[in-house]
Amino acid sequence: MSASTSVTRAESLPPRAPANVPKSVRRRRRLRTVPVYVILWAVGVFMVTPLLYALVSGFKSTDQLSGNTFGLPDPWVTSNYTSLLGSGAFWRSIGSSTVIALATAVLTVGAAALAAYALARFAFRGRELLFTVFTMGLMFPFAVAILPLFILLRTFGLLDNPWGVILPQAAFGLPMTIVILRGFFREIPGELEEAATLDGCSTFGFFWRILLPLARPALGTVSVLAIVGSWNNFLLPLLVFSEPTWWTIPVGIQQFQGQYASDVARIFAYLVLAMAPALAFYAVAERQLIGGITLGATKG
Amino acid sequence: MTHPTSTPASITSSSTYAPDAGKSPRPAPDSPGPAARRPAPRRVRDWLSAFVFTVPALVLFGLLVLVPMGYAFYISFFNWGGFGTPSDSVGFDNYTRLFDDPVFLGDLWRGFLLIVFSIVLQLPFALAMAVLLNQRLRGRAVYRMLFFAPYILSEVITGVLFSMIFAPGEGLADKSLDAIGFGALGGDWFAGQDTVLPTLFLVMTWKYFGFHMMLYLAGLQGIPAELHEAARIDGAGAWQRFRHITLPLLAPTLRISVFLSVIGAIQLFDLVWVITSGGPDHASETMVISLFQYGFKRYQMGYASAISVAMFLISLVFALAYQRFVLRRDTEGAITTMRANR
Repeated sequence: MSASTSVTRAESLPPRAPANVPKSVRRRRRLRTVPVYVILWAVGVFMVTPLLYALVSGFKSTDQLSGNTFGLPDPWVTSNYTSLLGSGAFWRSIGSSTVIALATAVLTVGAAALAAYALARFAFRGRELLFTVFTMGLMFPFAVAILPLFILLRTFGLLDNPWGVILPQAAFGLPMTIVILRGFFREIPGELEEAATLDGCSTFGFFWRILLPLARPALGTVSVLAIVGSWNNFLLPLLVFSEPTWWTIPVGIQQFQGQYASDVARIFAYLVLAMAPALAFYAVAERQLIGGITLGATKG
Repeated sequence: MTHPTSTPASITSSSTYAPDAGKSPRPAPDSPGPAARRPAPRRVRDWLSAFVFTVPALVLFGLLVLVPMGYAFYISFFNWGGFGTPSDSVGFDNYTRLFDDPVFLGDLWRGFLLIVFSIVLQLPFALAMAVLLNQRLRGRAVYRMLFFAPYILSEVITGVLFSMIFAPGEGLADKSLDAIGFGALGGDWFAGQDTVLPTLFLVMTWKYFGFHMMLYLAGLQGIPAELHEAARIDGAGAWQRFRHITLPLLAPTLRISVFLSVIGAIQLFDLVWVITSGGPDHASETMVISLFQYGFKRYQMGYASAISVAMFLISLVFALAYQRFVLRRDTEGAITTMRANR
């Protein structure tokens, strides 16, 4: 994806008309793009309005919201945001979302990298069958297995335990991660492995010291996918955590909405604060995210 | 599904010192080639290491994906409340009940409607945006980023946000319509039997079209500019170029995006659960919501499992049929284009 991103950057500069094009043609060209900009603006407004509305509404009191829907807050009420930022519950949700997302990513990528290595670089009987079993997993959403999964977790005493969310998330994340990583591992020339073996490198040594560092971009991509998937997961934490101790952000929002149903401005503030980490992450890891999501989609 | 990179001939020939240089060029992914030619001890060692390397993934996957799937299949033949061991075997009753259950049949119909909406409206819209943003435009990186941003947000955040925006009378939507004098158009949104699905679809478009747009943009970048240039010189207009160059060359990407859209519609839950919980009066219920309601609210685990098995079979049959009849060898083409761009 890196190549396409750099192309994007170069092309996003204002177009420069070649010097030999007559002025009237250039003018006509510019006129022709006016409708394009109008359309993009309209769609942009459609996309941005809900987000901006939430941000501004968070600075109003609920009374202001119904009386003064469109205007800026008057006065600006900061208590919605500050009371949340001062509350333990909000930070606890951020904390558990973070811990669960990181643990899920480490576990998914670790187990998937080992398996993808074996599936990519060893020739053994049943390899393709094994790979097919994993790719079949792409067809199992959480929802299909959620009932027995819940019963299983209850039997093992993993309800109200972060592992009850981390382990199933990692398991369901494996197929996509294995498919992507196996593709990358296959592209690394076999001569490299032979040379390493001749130099006395063990199988695991090659994997750990040569393959993984070479596959760093791919590992970044799949880690980002695992983190985002975990961060946004709702169904599983909703069922696993009945106690608020480990509520993740999505579960926290839903409970908060139920609790403060009449205090709309406060809910807006909560939404904005809950969106912020995801959007910040998007701004930082945009390339991995888009590359990973489009790659994952076409591979799946 | 992937091509092994064929090693350049120069490297291959210079590596004659390697013990099994004879195996280059690398065999096709499906042939067990090298194993057959390797000495036996090495084969055993390979098999052992492969086993050790796959164990963590196999245990996780087997225990938490395959076992629950199998168990769902098993309990779908019982009448079971979810506690103790299932003992009241009812044969295929849970499955025959599916076909008489207006809620489940309604789920299928609503899923179908959402898929049709997506294919007829959302995906063409995403394609139009991708084509626009594939040109040289001022600030197009910003538009791309903005259009894709909602995809990153959790469905719960999206759901809560829009349930407040479309709150009857008080929300931004109704207030805006009032302000421009179309107040009569608003009102029910998620609360109305007939309006809930279209409103939901609007929210889904807001959240998901950027994802499809990104897929198309990646596909568009794989189309060589020379083709357009040549067609332009031959006098082809913008529409003709779109129709005869862009569309055919983008077809693999389009098919994958339709596929993902259908699978997404079958698995829809979070967004709807947060906004309507399937209401009013089942008007927005999806298969996963029915499963959740029967399983965790009414403790009819057997019947809920039958729904999940049905859901799985529908996805599986669709995926296999789609791969067999629509995708065929497309996938490879799409992936190689993506790789060329990476």
